[in-house]
Amino acid sequence: MSNYCIQGATGEWEVVIGLEVHAQISTRSKLFSGASTEFGAEPNSQVSLVDAAMPGMLPVPNRECIRQAVRTGMAIEAQINAWSRFDRKNYFYADLPQGYQISQLYHPIVGEGQLLIEADEKAGIAADKIIGIERIHVEQDAGKLMHDQHPTMSYVDLNRSGVALMEIVSRPDMASPAEAGAYVRKLRAILRYVGSCDGNMEEGSMRADVNVSVRRPGEELGTRTETKNVNSVRFVMQAIEHEAMRQVDVLESGGKIVQETRLFDPGTGTTRTMRSKEDAHDYRYFPDPDLLPLMLEEDFLAECRASLPELPDAKRTRYTDVLGLTPYNARELTAEVETFARFETLLAETAKVISKDQAKVATQVANWSLSVAPGVIKALGDEADPANATAAAQASILAMQDKGEISGGQAKEIFEIVLKTGRDPAEIADAEGLKQVSDTGAIEAAVDAIIAANADKVEQYRGGKEALFGFFVGQTMKAMGGKANPGVVNQLLKAKLG
Amino acid sequence: MTDLTNLGVKDIRDGVAKGDFTAREVASAFNAAVADAAALNAFIVTTPDYALAAADAVDSKRAAGEPLGAMAGVPIGMKDLFATDGVQTTAASHILEGFTPRYESTVSQKLWDAGAGMLGKLNLDQFAMGSSNETSYFGNVASPWKKAGSNAAMSPGGSSGGSSSAVAARIAPAATGTDTGGSIRQPAAFTGICGIKPTYGRCSRWGVVAFASSLDQAGPMARSVEDCAIMLGAMAGFDPKDSTSLDMPVPDWEAALNSDLRGKKVGIPREYRMEGTDQAILDSWEQGKVWLKDAGAEIVDVSLPHTKYALPAYYIVAPAEASSNLARYDGVRYGLRDLPDGSGLQDMYAATRAAGFGDEVKRRILIGTYVLSAGFYDAYYTQAQKVRALVARDFERAFEQCDVILAPTTPTASFPLGSMNEDPLTMYLNDVFAVPASLAGLPAMSVPATINADGLPLGLQLVGRPFDEQSVLNAGLAIQQRADFTAKPDKWW
Repeated sequence: MSNYCIQGATGEWEVVIGLEVHAQISTRSKLFSGASTEFGAEPNSQVSLVDAAMPGMLPVPNRECIRQAVRTGMAIEAQINAWSRFDRKNYFYADLPQGYQISQLYHPIVGEGQLLIEADEKAGIAADKIIGIERIHVEQDAGKLMHDQHPTMSYVDLNRSGVALMEIVSRPDMASPAEAGAYVRKLRAILRYVGSCDGNMEEGSMRADVNVSVRRPGEELGTRTETKNVNSVRFVMQAIEHEAMRQVDVLESGGKIVQETRLFDPGTGTTRTMRSKEDAHDYRYFPDPDLLPLMLEEDFLAECRASLPELPDAKRTRYTDVLGLTPYNARELTAEVETFARFETLLAETAKVISKDQAKVATQVANWSLSVAPGVIKALGDEADPANATAAAQASILAMQDKGEISGGQAKEIFEIVLKTGRDPAEIADAEGLKQVSDTGAIEAAVDAIIAANADKVEQYRGGKEALFGFFVGQTMKAMGGKANPGVVNQLLKAKLG
Repeated sequence: MTDLTNLGVKDIRDGVAKGDFTAREVASAFNAAVADAAALNAFIVTTPDYALAAADAVDSKRAAGEPLGAMAGVPIGMKDLFATDGVQTTAASHILEGFTPRYESTVSQKLWDAGAGMLGKLNLDQFAMGSSNETSYFGNVASPWKKAGSNAAMSPGGSSGGSSSAVAARIAPAATGTDTGGSIRQPAAFTGICGIKPTYGRCSRWGVVAFASSLDQAGPMARSVEDCAIMLGAMAGFDPKDSTSLDMPVPDWEAALNSDLRGKKVGIPREYRMEGTDQAILDSWEQGKVWLKDAGAEIVDVSLPHTKYALPAYYIVAPAEASSNLARYDGVRYGLRDLPDGSGLQDMYAATRAAGFGDEVKRRILIGTYVLSAGFYDAYYTQAQKVRALVARDFERAFEQCDVILAPTTPTASFPLGSMNEDPLTMYLNDVFAVPASLAGLPAMSVPATINADGLPLGLQLVGRPFDEQSVLNAGLAIQQRADFTAKPDKWW
């Protein structure tokens, strides 16, 4: 359970949150037309006759959009409805050429599913929590109005008109802004794993309608408000925070919450009324007579299932249970597609170069991927050419380190040079003298000389002053010019000091 | 040379192929007839150059020895509901006046591909809403027929009234029609011609201005069953651009025409004996039975118990769909825009749609908006869909007992323009026999049967199983051969 509560003047309040996330389906063409969906094109350059609702034009469902919605449903372990139907949502607006949006009200393509948000002490999420997902339906996006092109007129850009969206509707299962944030991040990760949405909130590929209500602990649900089109995780959390506080203030000062649609202002982090329930449209939903019910065949469903990648939860579990990574590392590495993709490529390459099981080198590769390499890259800034950070180069560095040929410090130095120049790591190690000596003979000679020259300290050490061990290590390393393998040095010193 | 304008589709096609006359001669003759018939107001625009260009293409093909299409050399009228590339397409509405699409409807394209040419765009009831062709923004269409002893202009029926008038007047050998609740069959019956609405999905709706999507179906209107079979063959076929299009092969209906009905059963639906039906209509129905029996068919009584609920259900479903389909005419992207000074978006919508739509269109948008509204949806729309399913089931059961159903097309003959405008409901009742087959998506045809005491044509309707246009055409042919309907309107225009 979440401990999130609002302390009002009259006592505690719980917050109840549900999210409707609109995710643009990653396809090259629109839901019912062949027009392109690419972001950032010239206004009205990606508009088919269907998107502009010319007389006599008809929608034809894009199979790939349906496929991606089904795969997304499968990824949240949802019921897939082999029979679903498109409905028309009727309203007039200049960005809606047909005068209706084709959506799915009565029979969505995806039914009940769920999503796991993980415990995160720092964020205030005490334990893992399952968030219910009520449904996913597929619908058309609208166009965009441009009010800044003319002093008295508004212009319409229909490039987005007809672009396929999934509306993913959660249950009101979240109880804090942190949980809502975690939900959006997790959902985004799943969508990106599946490849059904690029999750790019800045470009509007993903946005959320936030439903918030407050209540006294254990009491019935309060009246909710819906804040529309919130387009970042941070804004979702801010909107909830503000809206919950506002509702508590209203209730505590004897007012009532009005069921209404609100707008979020990212500038101030506040919400304001857009329209009340009384002004709500009557959308006159009815089944779209231009489209037959959508029937999904077994083969199609089987292909959708077979094409699903390993999903975040399964991957995280495999990382800890099979690869032996810490829960922290596993979570960090599986949070983003790019992160795990880089990690898994490097892990495979490193295991191959070293000829060891992946599990044997996974921790080393994880530490390298999560902290060492990003640290070096960050420190170099513009001097680094990320293209030089190939898996082969990094695996070669990790292999040298694994064999004791280079130290951790040398690995970083070599990687720095690799990033700047693209040179071969082994060649750098040789040419730049970035290798440590593991030759027992040379190290033994140095150790012997140091023991001979410091008989008093040897005496003290053997008398119980064990802290002096560091002194001998330091002296030996100094004598070796810093290039002795610390493991070998330790081993020899221990043997000789007795 | 015979008057080419008396020829139908088959005769023109065969005559052009044999070289009896050229396609250009045919096109010229019909262009002249069209130009001479302005009084009918059958065309909104005429396109003589299009007809000639298509004819010349056919003549060149023939000269080059290339194969000719099924409609080669036949100039036709195109109902102005079909989008035609580069030619104004209005649905007979002010709101689309001046709208010139840059695309061609699938059905019209198929006809041009088959060698047909376009005489012009035919007048119709506005957005195909009407049964008399009096709701057109471009004026009423007059039937070429006159009531005996009267000079009153008669209705050609609707909504495909320009089509029926033109074909009956022999200013076009054939025309396209569309049928949502009788809009091919009723005007065909009123004007003594043939018209078939095929199974829903046979003809693509792509590029046809939508009225009620789940009912709209294109079909041919011509003066013989053979001509309808030929032209339907050219119009039909699967279209991936229409999700409701039937993905099945188009039979060669013309080749399989056969008026020998031995072994076939013809059903007579008892519920179609309705009050308010003209005695002459009932008599012609009896005559129809005799003809089909003579052709070898067995006559059986069948029951379609939900018939009386069909019309009310239709007037919920069709307006509901129309109210949504017509939302796109908003003044934003094309067509009429009425933007009063200083007005905003809502004002523009209101002004544009108030000025652009006719009364009947507005009436149906209002009905449709009402029946879909929150709180009324289940009582009206859901209920109507249930009725629709029951009507379809009635037919399914009836077709367990018969192969084709014979019924009147309309309860009355044509009426004078302006005589039915008092109460829209009396007009709606004219489609009472046509609507059930539309709700069930079945192939249905009207063929001319006889002339009533007023000298006006009466039609008989044949309804078939889904996809079985052939049985409908064959029974129609059997009636045609026995009715020997040779009456034609005297030229007054």
